[in-house]
Amino acid sequence: MERKIRVLIAKPGLDGHDRGAKVIARALRDAGMEVIYTGLRQTPEQIVSAAIQEDVDVIGLSILSGAHNHLFPRVVELLKQSGAENVLVFGGGVIPEEDIPFLKSKGIAEVFGPGTPTSKTIEFIRANLKRPLN
Amino acid sequence: MNDLIRACISGDVRAAARLITRLENGDREAYAALYRLKDHAGRAQVIGITGPPGAGKSTLVDKLIAQFRTRGLKVGVLAVDPSSPFSGGAILGDRLRMQGHATDPGVFIRSLAARGSLGGISKATHAAIRVLDAAGYDIVLVETVGVGQSEIDIVRVADMVVLVSVPGLGDDIQVIKAGIMEIGDIFVVNKADRDGADRVVREIRAMLEMQSQLRRGQTPDTLIARAPEFLHHAGLAEGWLANSGNESGAPGEKESSATPEAGTISAALIIPPVLKTIAETGDGVKELADAIFTHFETLSRTGELERKRLESIRYQLGQFVSNEIVHLMSLPELAAAQDELARKVFSRKMDVYSAGMALFHTIIEQGASHEHPQA
Repeated sequence: MERKIRVLIAKPGLDGHDRGAKVIARALRDAGMEVIYTGLRQTPEQIVSAAIQEDVDVIGLSILSGAHNHLFPRVVELLKQSGAENVLVFGGGVIPEEDIPFLKSKGIAEVFGPGTPTSKTIEFIRANLKRPLN
Repeated sequence: MNDLIRACISGDVRAAARLITRLENGDREAYAALYRLKDHAGRAQVIGITGPPGAGKSTLVDKLIAQFRTRGLKVGVLAVDPSSPFSGGAILGDRLRMQGHATDPGVFIRSLAARGSLGGISKATHAAIRVLDAAGYDIVLVETVGVGQSEIDIVRVADMVVLVSVPGLGDDIQVIKAGIMEIGDIFVVNKADRDGADRVVREIRAMLEMQSQLRRGQTPDTLIARAPEFLHHAGLAEGWLANSGNESGAPGEKESSATPEAGTISAALIIPPVLKTIAETGDGVKELADAIFTHFETLSRTGELERKRLESIRYQLGQFVSNEIVHLMSLPELAAAQDELARKVFSRKMDVYSAGMALFHTIIEQGASHEHPQA
């Protein structure tokens, strides 16, 4: 029996706009996934703690404030420290193209900028899960 | 699997979370391992929080967690949200009101999707409660989906139920309808700063007073004649009817439950308290926590707690057997037998009853010889 994919959509840092996060959450829900939304202004510690308790397969980090180069790698680092390495982490929001290689080197699997069709994100998740579906 | 169970018992958060996921996915090995534990269950106090969507349950849970933490208690929370009947997916949006507790090692919050269950909780909820109990949480709060009038499965798995309403959702007839209004051990009117809050409190109290009188053997005619009396007393909140023989608390704020003289009045006749809260600000939440603990004392003292837990175990055993039968029917041999019998009925070689009984006996035989998950 195929199990449900559980996704944590998180807003690290101090920006206060979450329409994008809600749009992606809704799209993932319509694609049959169980989506936990953390709400705004989360620290990396809060995000990772939630990810572990919720035993998620994926974390989507949405950020508009520009602090992604610090916050995203911090989330990946904390995941490693907690032994939760088989969680797929992707990013979204306002992230300049030139920062993407750095983020990928730090363990962010992919970055989906504004205007990315949600279907692309969904396909990416399905193709890159680190834990099998069965 | 045993390593996972061991880790969970020692309080490992990741292990508990992974075990809950397996239970949610119907992993029979996980159920077998969990249910083989005899000594790690029954310690946690399980409190159900239910009520209509938008009543403020999650915000209230957030504030209750803080109350329990100040008393040094470890708190586990299971928050259930509905699954889409179309996509099977879900937005689990209760946790976001409680994220302030995310990094407190004494708090565990897990969101569960209803996955098609329509009674207010999910199929795996009772097993998840057991996991948190085994992992050493003192209190387990179970927040149901936003319910209407009939979703009462929470009663089967919780020691007590807190029913949260808000002003503006209906009149006195709504309050006396069957179902959800019958399962509350404590009633909370949240968003009590809104218009109509006091009226809802009065209506609920009048309903509970009437219920209590009915249980004491008063006839409906007497009650109807005395209805103005109930409303009067409920509104004033400072005089119970002559034969209850107890005094209530300060007017307008909180109603104390009628405490029975030792052993003379059963727990069924205790009138549940009706409290006002403003969950957003935390107003009234300390009083709610106090009422919860008072009620636990009453449940223990009257033997009600034991009775409820026995009921809960009976329910779990029933669920376990049901799950086993469903599993057996999914096996190829049985699916094939079912198919063959269906064809016989269709071509009128057999009647439905004989076919049904034949299938039933096949399941029983299959069940007897089927290999079950080992320890």
